[in-house]
Amino acid sequence: MKIKRRDFLKGAAGSMALLALDRQDAQARTVQALPPEALGILYDSTLCVGCNACMTACKKANNMPPDFTDGQDIWDQPIDLSPNTLNVIKKFTNGTGETKDAEINGHAFIKRQCLHCIDPSCVTACPVSALTKDKNTGIVSYNKNNCIGCRYCQVACPYNIPKFDFNRVYPEIVKCQLCDHLIAEGKYPACCSVCPTGASLFGRVSDLIVETRRRQQMVPGEMYDFPVTSIDSDTTHKYTAPEYVPHVYGKEELGGTQVMYMSAVGFDKFGLPAYPKESFVSMSSGIQYAIYKGMVYPLVVLAGLVFMVKKNKQQEDEKSIEKKHDKKEACHE
Amino acid sequence: MSEARPLGGRVFTLTFSICLIISGIALYFTAKRFIFGIGSVANLNDGYPWGIWIAYDVVVGTAFACGGYVMALLVYVINKGEYHPLVRPALLASMFGYTLAGVSVFLDIGRYFHAYNLYLPWQMNFHSVMFEVAMCIGTYILVLWLEFAPTFTEKWKLEKYRKFLDKIIFALIGLGVLLPTMHQSSLGTMMLMAGFKLDPLWHSSTLPLLFLFTAVIMGFAMVVFEATIASRVYGLGNETEMLAKISRIMSWVLGFFLVIRLQNVFMRGEMGHAFSGSFLGNMFLIENFLLIIGFVILTFLRNNLTPRLLFIAAIAILVGGSLFRFNTYIIGYDPGTGWKYFPSVGEQMITYGLIAMEIAAYTLFVKYFPVFSAHDPAVSTK
Ligand code: SF4
Ligand code: SF4
Repeated sequence: MKIKRRDFLKGAAGSMALLALDRQDAQARTVQALPPEALGILYDSTLCVGCNACMTACKKANNMPPDFTDGQDIWDQPIDLSPNTLNVIKKFTNGTGETKDAEINGHAFIKRQCLHCIDPSCVTACPVSALTKDKNTGIVSYNKNNCIGCRYCQVACPYNIPKFDFNRVYPEIVKCQLCDHLIAEGKYPACCSVCPTGASLFGRVSDLIVETRRRQQMVPGEMYDFPVTSIDSDTTHKYTAPEYVPHVYGKEELGGTQVMYMSAVGFDKFGLPAYPKESFVSMSSGIQYAIYKGMVYPLVVLAGLVFMVKKNKQQEDEKSIEKKHDKKEACHE
Repeated sequence: MSEARPLGGRVFTLTFSICLIISGIALYFTAKRFIFGIGSVANLNDGYPWGIWIAYDVVVGTAFACGGYVMALLVYVINKGEYHPLVRPALLASMFGYTLAGVSVFLDIGRYFHAYNLYLPWQMNFHSVMFEVAMCIGTYILVLWLEFAPTFTEKWKLEKYRKFLDKIIFALIGLGVLLPTMHQSSLGTMMLMAGFKLDPLWHSSTLPLLFLFTAVIMGFAMVVFEATIASRVYGLGNETEMLAKISRIMSWVLGFFLVIRLQNVFMRGEMGHAFSGSFLGNMFLIENFLLIIGFVILTFLRNNLTPRLLFIAAIAILVGGSLFRFNTYIIGYDPGTGWKYFPSVGEQMITYGLIAMEIAAYTLFVKYFPVFSAHDPAVSTK
């Protein structure tokens, strides 16, 4: 009997060790790869003139109400992503802010929206698959008919993208879905169709990556062609190449994203965190996977537990019956 | 088993009435939440989507409610039958603790009408830690009520049901040990996904293990806490001797916890941060200082544990453990976009209300149902 108990405890200790598994060993789950037809956006901060046309177009295309700020209620003026705003152009300024794309005494724009991660934390987090990643396009979309409003996606998203209107009685999660309703009609995402300079450029991620390489090899100051709206469009504009920082944001961050940024000022200036290549998803679901894969461990443990309980409880019940007997006999005597 | 009996006595005590009043206030805010939305009551925002309803009511609350889990583990799995008299009261507290955590989740989720999606097989996301926690807690609440059901069958003399329960009770108790092991550790895994939003003092791959350990020691501390209060209030016998014996086992668990916790922070080179005098560093120090107090009492003073010392140790563990969980879910969490969070009055009232309901229901139950064992020495000593 004693030996058996020890065996069980050993098993228990084993599963404890499993719990503490380091992520490397526990990575039974393969990191998601870029879907073959993945679609995305390349946003080039140096081309953005801050006209906010994309913001207006986004509101229209997605039927989103305006965000009033600064005490006026006449025009839409979001200061950040919000339950009403899926896409926002933000501005970095330093000192006098005179020179565009300079870190000192300069300014620069950045477009904030869902980056459509290749290994999206929000999708892994969502308990009811209300957030899903399309197998072909890789677009991360949301279905309110499934969402229970637990907001784990908000906690999990490393870029703080999903929003939830706490002031509504029955809110839903809002975030950019790359205008998948327009793409289905053969159109482009609203922001890219209206962008006059080509700063927001739609296309296949594989093509966009090639484009980022091309831009990074440009000689600053020379003239080049830059496509507008979509990578495969015929319309191009001629611009002098800026001096890009040698980093494409989103190419590798946490396993990569389908919306990528290029810029001439450091990405930290926009408050974009410097992330490692490995996603947090693989860390936590690696552990989860190792333990719960096929529910084998839990079931084995359960069987062990029921066995122990049964044995121990029967012993005990016998004892208590004996005790009662003893008492009765004692009374009789 | 059948030695337990209802305590009887007056129901409307001062405590009970106060609890009812607090619950009433909480009900008002609950109604407000459902009529006008979460934002009308709580300070939750897009930066801090989870507040005290999750961090206290669920994450800390279920750890407090782990008494039933710990006692079942000791009595039925490690076969320490002598602690049996402690099982039922612990189970009762667990039952209410978990049930109200379930209620709180329902208040917290924004789209409660859609909660059924959790049970649609084609919607289930098995990769989601949240899914596993939701499932385990949901099932465990049911298991707790069933585990406690013999108390009802005894009271109402429902022979048929009693026989049926006797047949499945092993499976129930087994599940009652497995489920908390799963979801308590997963509550730790949950915050791994928060990545850099969680301060490195708490973001560690050991979180699942640390959460499991705190569940065990906090569950035990709660048993001590309840036993002490109950023996005072209801004039029951003193359980110190029995509790002191369990403390020896617990001091090991707590010791392991501290070794893993401190070693892990040290290994990742975060000790400097801990002692930097920063707010988060201090929170880390307080949390561990309290747990160390508990450990020292349980380990080095174990041969002369008085009820008072034991009670102090329990409080230190409860507060330290709660702080650890709070830090992991709220205090050490910073989405980094300038968001701030502090629970509003309404939010706090709902939490207080849930605690009050728990106490009220507990006091009511022990008077009506056979929960506490009769304690005249002739019966209970072995
Ligand atoms: S950026 Fe956030 S919301 Fe968008 S796919 Fe990635 S994790 Fe999801
Ligand atoms: S809030 Fe909705 S979409 Fe987000 S994780 Fe929860 S159920 Fe999924």
